[in-house]
Amino acid sequence: MNEGQNGTGGKLKRIAGPVVTAVGLDAHMYDVVKVGTEELMGEVIKVDGEAIIIQVYEDTTGLRPGEPVSNTGLSLAVDLGPGLLTSIYDGIQRPLEVLVDKMGSFIERGVSAPGISRDKKWEFKPLAKAGDEVVPGSIIGEVQETNIVHRIMVPPNAKGGTIRAIQGGSYTVEETIATLEDGTELKMMHRWPVRVPRPVREKKNPTIPLITGQRILDGLFPIAKGGTAAIPGPFGSGKTVTQQQLAKWSDAEIVVYIGCGERGNEMTEVLTEFPELQDPKSGKPLMERTILIANTSNMPVAAREASVYTGITIAEYFRDMGYDVSLMADSTSRWAEAMREISSRLEEMPGEEGYPAYLAARLAEFYERSGLVTTLNGDSGSVSVIGAVSPPGGDFSEPVTQNTLRIVKVFWALDAKLSQRRHFPSINWLNSYSLYLDTLGPWYDREVSPEWNILRAWAMEVLQKEAELQEIVQLVGSDALPETEQITIEVARLIREVFLQQNAYDPVDTFCSMGKQYDMMKAIRSYADQAYAAQVAGVPPTQIITIKAKNDLPQIKFTKDYEPMLDGIMKAMETEFTQLRSSA
Amino acid sequence: MKEYRTISKIAGPLLFVQKTEPIGYGELVNITLSDGSTKRGQVLDTSDELVVVQVFESTAGLGRDSGVRFTGEAIKMPVGHEMLGRILSGGGKPIDGGPEIVPEKRIDITGAAINPYARGMPADFIQTGISTIDGTNTLVRGQKLPIFSAAGLPHNNVALQIARQAKVPGSVEEFAVVFAGMGITKEEANAFMQDFERTGALERAVVFLNLADDPAVERIITPRLALTTAEYLAFELGMHVLVILTDMTNYCEALRQIGAAREEVPGRRGYPGYMYTDLASIYERAGMIKGRKGSVTQIPILTMPGDDITHPIPDLTGYITEGQIVVSRELHRKGIYPPINVLPSLSRLMNLGIGVGKTREDHKKVSDQMYAAYAEGNDLRGLVAIVGKDALSERDRMFLEFADLFEQRFVRQGIDEDRTIGEGTLDLGWDLLATIPVEQLSRIDRELIEKYHPKFRAK
Repeated sequence: MNEGQNGTGGKLKRIAGPVVTAVGLDAHMYDVVKVGTEELMGEVIKVDGEAIIIQVYEDTTGLRPGEPVSNTGLSLAVDLGPGLLTSIYDGIQRPLEVLVDKMGSFIERGVSAPGISRDKKWEFKPLAKAGDEVVPGSIIGEVQETNIVHRIMVPPNAKGGTIRAIQGGSYTVEETIATLEDGTELKMMHRWPVRVPRPVREKKNPTIPLITGQRILDGLFPIAKGGTAAIPGPFGSGKTVTQQQLAKWSDAEIVVYIGCGERGNEMTEVLTEFPELQDPKSGKPLMERTILIANTSNMPVAAREASVYTGITIAEYFRDMGYDVSLMADSTSRWAEAMREISSRLEEMPGEEGYPAYLAARLAEFYERSGLVTTLNGDSGSVSVIGAVSPPGGDFSEPVTQNTLRIVKVFWALDAKLSQRRHFPSINWLNSYSLYLDTLGPWYDREVSPEWNILRAWAMEVLQKEAELQEIVQLVGSDALPETEQITIEVARLIREVFLQQNAYDPVDTFCSMGKQYDMMKAIRSYADQAYAAQVAGVPPTQIITIKAKNDLPQIKFTKDYEPMLDGIMKAMETEFTQLRSSA
Repeated sequence: MKEYRTISKIAGPLLFVQKTEPIGYGELVNITLSDGSTKRGQVLDTSDELVVVQVFESTAGLGRDSGVRFTGEAIKMPVGHEMLGRILSGGGKPIDGGPEIVPEKRIDITGAAINPYARGMPADFIQTGISTIDGTNTLVRGQKLPIFSAAGLPHNNVALQIARQAKVPGSVEEFAVVFAGMGITKEEANAFMQDFERTGALERAVVFLNLADDPAVERIITPRLALTTAEYLAFELGMHVLVILTDMTNYCEALRQIGAAREEVPGRRGYPGYMYTDLASIYERAGMIKGRKGSVTQIPILTMPGDDITHPIPDLTGYITEGQIVVSRELHRKGIYPPINVLPSLSRLMNLGIGVGKTREDHKKVSDQMYAAYAEGNDLRGLVAIVGKDALSERDRMFLEFADLFEQRFVRQGIDEDRTIGEGTLDLGWDLLATIPVEQLSRIDRELIEKYHPKFRAK
């Protein structure tokens, strides 16, 4: 990275909101500059003759024309090294916990704080030795950061060579842990510009699902590790709860959660809850694998624009260590609006609905930083990106939703109608899709059951059929339907109420393993098969629909060791059907 | 302080001043008219050549001969505990005939963002005595829960009833109400004042009134003055403050007016592109802070133009606030008060404030079950209109009746009826659910049914 030039001599010329103009500054696009006597942090976003246009990451109230502006000559970059995990940052990687110590409960301005602590010492354990050849991306050692091992790499922008010396021990992130023959000193920390994707050797096609413990996602519309998904929905349809469920239960090794322009109280909820929740696999607090970025809606708009890049850069860094990372961005619409706000202050020609014409390009660039990759050192790692979208008025035809859908492979359509009747998660099963079904099919065959893909297709068919039948019911009432179709309606109701509905607040139901999902779906299928058989045998549908045993099926969801209960229900159901058939 | 007489242009609420010394962005500006009267404004845009000032009052009488003074500081609100019981204008000046406020402190009205790390987690259940709020859309201390209403609906009565009855059961902490009226009519303002006086609430209230005939631009600062006062009462004096902001639609209209005067590129329906950020800077000023006693709870009221919930004002509000209480014209026409339609209503923080030790263990599941049953019954009404009641199955008829019962008994209550959460609201819920066979109550576990269901309770 180029060294800071600390060019001075610039002066403020005009201030209008978060966008300011300076003159007399020698600057390049996206250089980070210090604005005013308080040295507020800003970034060059336009060069127009003498005038340098800067977006400022902090509140600009009180800035006057004539105040100094200096150029750091560096791009907006983040600190990468031990100390990232469990942190909570604002949009430009200032640790919020440190800011509370420095300036109290409210966010004042002009205070800087490093992204990771410069004083804390970490126990470095070398994995390479003197004389080893290393290249950019090579892992030379590790630090036990939380229950996660933080692998120390040769930075991708370093040259590599032969190690002259490497020594284990206790170091701060800025101390030299290894020296190369050419004199290059390697440290545990390096910085990386957020707007530049970190290099990889190769991008691969994903083949393993990201298991989330959410039945409608894992079962019907899975996302792959390294894949992309969008959750659009009007307010109150459960975007944030879904995102938080994914952050809690998805089987990624590292989770980066970006609260971009969202509610402060929600971030507090995450902060209070996560340290108490346990990872179902490791049994350790979920917080230990999590990094939070919180730029709430009332924090400066330019930092909101940056928060998404800060998050994905950190995610890529952990990917480069060979981890599976999942990144949740809630909400990408706020990010797009931040772009719009800055763009309109620049008086750029607006595109659709006032968004800048480069909206689609920026969204595509962002989602393209996801993927399953072979890292520079030949390892395998992934970044899965799940973006929430908040379409105005719940109208999916607006530009952010549309441009997102052109890129992502999985679409989880939230539906306000479902949430109004407390069907959660309120993901519409007819509108949603996953384009990973084919590539992930073999995994389900292998890891769940060869029957699973068949069951899934069957369930989708029943739900589709139900939607058609409902239209008829709306006109003539359910009694007018043919007998088999009355049963279909009941089977669909079971799929909806037993399988699809899931209570995020129930300690057991909040996470449902793939095995349990399979057992539940199999039970519903078994009811369906017996019901159709009974109907053929002449049992009236009202009796089939009212059999008692199936009413207990929802209790399976809330029961931890559900197998004996399920067996009992299935036996009782068989007995009831046998009785029905014999009396028919 | 230097006085400039270099106004070059006046357009709507905006004043363009030339050849000034360097002026700070956001500074408070005092303007003196030729007749000696003064007006206030704020710097919106500043550069070497030109300073743009937004005037908070009417620009009538302003001319190129008016004098402009820049105060060198942001707009500040003088605050003190004497403010309780006072009525102030939308610009923060006393209009109740009382003395000037003796400030204990002067606070910048923009308000810095609370560091998310320093926020306390809202968890205290506020009992409003209204079943459709307490039972199904619970309000929690530190929450921002708007009322989405429309012209001609009794949203003010609902807000007043909340202000009157709101309490945290078992708590004796100090509370206060901060009321900000923006562009409301004198009649509405009188109704609020009379109710405050009748119930003695005025002693514990600070009232800001920007009436319909007051300058629209002043509305931009009214909510900020109110919230600055609320934050002072909450975080410095340790009170639990309920802030009522009405009507946010008028506020947004004022925002649009200024945007248009500045010739900005408009966003949806002519509202400025930064309206989300601007509204967030108001709504996000609700909450609690770790290690401090007080809290700020907000109930903004807005009227949806054309009853349209997708209009930018309710839409952007809904994306920022923690839920919404929707007042329905249909229920109002049926003569039901409070006409709260629970289906589109939502409280996002409900789960933090209910359950064992807060309300009751069965709260969430009873609420979910009532929602599901009411939604189903409500859908069937459409069907009945086409096929008639007789064509319905027995199960369907049951849900249809439940929907009617729910509206008549659960939703409907007196304007002074203060229901407790346990016996008043949740048990009533169980009574209604008892009209549905137990095996249809799929959202409630057996255990709770056996404990609370009237069929079992009676035994």
